[in-house]
Amino acid sequence: MKTLLALLRNNLREYGMLIALVVIMVFFQFATNGILLRPVNITNLVLQNSYVIVMALGMLLIIVSGWIDLSVGSVAAFVGAVAAVLMVKLGVHWSLTMLICLLVGALIGAWQGFWVAYVKIPAFIVTLAGMLIFRGLTLLILQGEAVGPFPVPFQRLSTGFIPDVFNIEGFHLTTMLIGIFVVIVWVFFDYRARKNQQNYGFEVVPMYLFIAKHILIAVAVLGLSYLMASYKGLPNVLIVMAVLITLFAFISSQTVLGRRIYAMGGNEKAARLSGVNTSKLLFMTFVNMGVLAALAGMIVAARLNTATPKAGTGFELDVIAACFIGGASASGGIGTVIGAVVGAFVIGVMNNGMSILGIGIDWQQAIKGFVLLMAVFFDVYNKNKG
Amino acid sequence: MSDVILEMRNITKTFPGVKALDNVSFRVRRGEIHALVGENGAGKSTLMKVLSGVYPYGTYEGQIFFEGRECRFHNISESEKVGLVIIHQELALVPFLSIAENLFLGNERAQNGIIHWNEAIAQAKELLARVGLHESPQTLITDIGVGKQQLVEIAKALAKRVKLLILDEPTASLNESDSDKLLSLLLQLKAQGISSILISHKLNEVSKVADSITILRDGTTIETIDCHTEHVDEDRIIRGMVGRDLTHRFPPRDVKIGDVIFEVRDWNVYHPLHEDRKVSNNVNLYVRQGEVVGIAGLMGAGRTELAMSLFGHSYGVRISGKVLKYGKEIDVSTIDKAIQNGIAYVTEDRKSYGLVLIKPIKDNITLTNLSAVSVGGVLNEPREVRTAMGYRERLNIKCSSIMQEVLNLSGGNQQKVVLSKWLFAEPEILILDEPTRGIDVGAKYEIYTIINHLAEEGKAVILISSELPEILGMCDRIYIMRDGKIIGEMLARDASQESIMKCIMTQ
Repeated sequence: MKTLLALLRNNLREYGMLIALVVIMVFFQFATNGILLRPVNITNLVLQNSYVIVMALGMLLIIVSGWIDLSVGSVAAFVGAVAAVLMVKLGVHWSLTMLICLLVGALIGAWQGFWVAYVKIPAFIVTLAGMLIFRGLTLLILQGEAVGPFPVPFQRLSTGFIPDVFNIEGFHLTTMLIGIFVVIVWVFFDYRARKNQQNYGFEVVPMYLFIAKHILIAVAVLGLSYLMASYKGLPNVLIVMAVLITLFAFISSQTVLGRRIYAMGGNEKAARLSGVNTSKLLFMTFVNMGVLAALAGMIVAARLNTATPKAGTGFELDVIAACFIGGASASGGIGTVIGAVVGAFVIGVMNNGMSILGIGIDWQQAIKGFVLLMAVFFDVYNKNKG
Repeated sequence: MSDVILEMRNITKTFPGVKALDNVSFRVRRGEIHALVGENGAGKSTLMKVLSGVYPYGTYEGQIFFEGRECRFHNISESEKVGLVIIHQELALVPFLSIAENLFLGNERAQNGIIHWNEAIAQAKELLARVGLHESPQTLITDIGVGKQQLVEIAKALAKRVKLLILDEPTASLNESDSDKLLSLLLQLKAQGISSILISHKLNEVSKVADSITILRDGTTIETIDCHTEHVDEDRIIRGMVGRDLTHRFPPRDVKIGDVIFEVRDWNVYHPLHEDRKVSNNVNLYVRQGEVVGIAGLMGAGRTELAMSLFGHSYGVRISGKVLKYGKEIDVSTIDKAIQNGIAYVTEDRKSYGLVLIKPIKDNITLTNLSAVSVGGVLNEPREVRTAMGYRERLNIKCSSIMQEVLNLSGGNQQKVVLSKWLFAEPEILILDEPTRGIDVGAKYEIYTIINHLAEEGKAVILISSELPEILGMCDRIYIMRDGKIIGEMLARDASQESIMKCIMTQ
């Protein structure tokens, strides 16, 4: 018990938000009389928040680099509009459209990255300008109207589910099997990492805690899989999300690229004098953000089945809030991908739960703002104490 | 005693682990220019900070008497109230405010918070006339040169009814004619009864204007010379400044000097902001295998700027000249290329330029050469950990684990992490910029041992240091720099602190 408490104290930051997420979920589960964790609502929750998570992955890297991107909502709207115009008005094939849209996102990222990384204009200003520019361009190319509907294959990006190879009535077995597979892989890799650390004489968590932690992970993943399997199965967008989360978690913690981004955010001058090409790295970080914003834009458009001039308004705030709730530091160098994902779910569950409870948008905003402030206060408080 | 305006008695100031001032006494007579001289780190600035209240009463021992009354300043505004104004080397002017606004900053000509601009400007004109500056009070600070800015600082002091003016290296960044102007202004002020304390490295200036000279060395007062009763020349001052025993000890080294590895020819660099100012002026130097070459000079001589410009053009603009390795020209135009060509640069300021403080020791050590601990861009953690552990042992880095953040290490151990990181880049030429600054004697010895090992392995080492004993104890050959130029070269065995100082001061 003592080790458990000590462990919690030492990793308060790491687990703090996860615990907060669980508490929030339990609270809404009761407050909504069990609606929150109903299969259909869980699926909705994922669909509603997928774009926030996709963009949070890019935003996290930008925040770790020490900057910020205010334009992602407008960029997402713009790319959604481009997709609509290409498919609906010009009749371009949906697959080519998606490719073009990702490219457009990369170009937008390159445009903003150029000003930030090479001309050294603060990202706050560059992306504030971008926020206005791309909102304006969205209105322009949509000519102020909503454009839709889209071809069915494109809609499936958001609203489709993975096919079931077993065809059992009322239960999506493939989904369940994928869940089981994920748990096995997860446990395997964690176990290997733990053993590696032991070999180097590092302190590791005691075995019983390791087992307890993975039982919790298994319960969560399998529970989620079960809930989804008893509805329509895994949404396509969840697969996209999961792949991206894994990819970015890997890049940020296990690759040279990720290490350099953290070093740059921690001390730009020291990183540069160590031979890191910081300008190019920062540029690439913005290009990456552009591509992810484009993907998010398509997901949103596909979900609504129209591109509207107002789409994506305020997304940047949710995305940035997700990163900060997840423990990223505004001065750069600190933050994790998993933290940002947890942060995005905190916001997502609150949005969803409060909507079910019929709380108005006015209070929703105020409460979300307060939660953001408290999460960061918690960080600062922990740091000063430690 | 009525002719004494300031007396500081038995001042002792300790920083964690270092005694910066040890029982210093210092006395300034009314209406004199009193020069305070000493090597870098002798304690001049610390003494002035104690005097002006930057280090408040209670953080030092000893007493301060100003005009016969004991003073206990808790901050700068208290010392300014009695007429004691310090002008720092880095001027404290707001660049985008006008001269008049700066003159009365914190001392505004105002009633109920509303500024009387007409009165302020009229007074500003008067003050500017007193210091001989013919500029409109509405001119922005950024639009006038450093020399004139210095005059604005003095005018600002006059606005505060200064009685004792303290100038810290006022002429360090001025050219000859601006310096002369400033010095004659000091003589004028003296005629008006304003005393001044002049901290300067330029001994020719000191002997020109000073009435008395106090020499500090290693935090103690060596002597005060009265220039009116004794003939003072620069040799006399230099002897006082450096005349200490070699208290530091340097580990011995097997000197085996080979061929020339690294050579710099006709190297010119200009200041990034003032593009007409040369910070490296036609520098030529070379280093041989197994050789430790020192670059001596005072602060502002352009040593760091030279090193950084050589290291991937990381300082300066309009860089020209050649860098050769084994006689062949190499490209050092980016830091990456400089590292590829086997150059490493250990910065003078390890916290801002050398380390990512919030990251673990391991991450810092491998940052210069991540490709050596990764396969196809993916980090190989075991290899990375092994590397970091190896350096921890080899350089004796005292830490709880290689996962510890470097933020919490002592200065000496932080410096060892910086050295590790550069050793890991496997350089052939190491430029070490003040590698022992701010670290204790024991860790210094360890750093010296590491430097000797590197030289014994056949690497070329360039050691930039402001501590002459260190240069003399560690190097085989010494270049002397001043104003961006190499003004002398000596073999360490022929050199002495006196000969180096003399070269710097009199050239």
